[in-house]
Amino acid sequence: MSKLSLRSDGDRHVIVARRFKASPEAVYRAHIEPKIMQKWLLGPPGWTMPVCISEAKPGGKLRCEWSDGKGGDFYLTGEYVTLEPFRRIVHIERMHLPDPTPDNHVETMFEPDGTGTLLTMRMTLPNAEARAAMLATGMEEGMEASYARLDGMS
Amino acid sequence: MDLDSTFSALADPTRRAILARLALGEATVMELAKPFDMTQPSISRHLKVLEGAGLIVRRAEGTKRPCRLAPDGIAAIDQWLTMLRTVLSQNYDRLDDVLATMEAPEAQKDKP
Repeated sequence: MSKLSLRSDGDRHVIVARRFKASPEAVYRAHIEPKIMQKWLLGPPGWTMPVCISEAKPGGKLRCEWSDGKGGDFYLTGEYVTLEPFRRIVHIERMHLPDPTPDNHVETMFEPDGTGTLLTMRMTLPNAEARAAMLATGMEEGMEASYARLDGMS
Repeated sequence: MDLDSTFSALADPTRRAILARLALGEATVMELAKPFDMTQPSISRHLKVLEGAGLIVRRAEGTKRPCRLAPDGIAAIDQWLTMLRTVLSQNYDRLDDVLATMEAPEAQKDKP
């Protein structure tokens, strides 16, 4: 019962949609303010983001560093392109695993939806090498959890 | 799209490790067997599963049949999308909790 919708758009893009019970302003701020990002932008259980730099202005830098506290770590760098407060963010990011993945162009939209927000994110589908590199990171742990759920269902 | 075969192919840690190795480039059964400390027949069995799920392709080169990642196999993309879905679901569920704590004091502050 996932509230997340995820589909491919052509063979180059992925579109993610998710509703939140909070105003577009709050959801928007949660995406650009480091102190808030560090609370949720973490991936699988056990990972933290000790470093988060987010200069929310056109050309501003983005840097997130994750750690699992067991020697596993990787980081992301990026640049903001466009910021329309509480409505839309366009940025470019790449993961360092440690080789950088090709640039991911991300457009995030925040639309009022009743008393909440509909978030839509359009991103670039990484190439085969980058996908494999991402799969080989500690994100496996999160996948184990979903396999366990699948096992429970069968 | 055959998510079932992708899932069962990926559920095994050895097969995920084989995929990670193949991300670096093509390899033969012999080259794969070495670092995993496994016999060639057992590596071959894993490769058969990965091939069946469309995650790898093998080409004929004498009896070697080297394997590599299926470049744009739909299954390979599904595999990545599944991981993305898992990571995003966990993040957004956490964001729900964060937003709940953000909104309360915000509403207070905005009141005249």
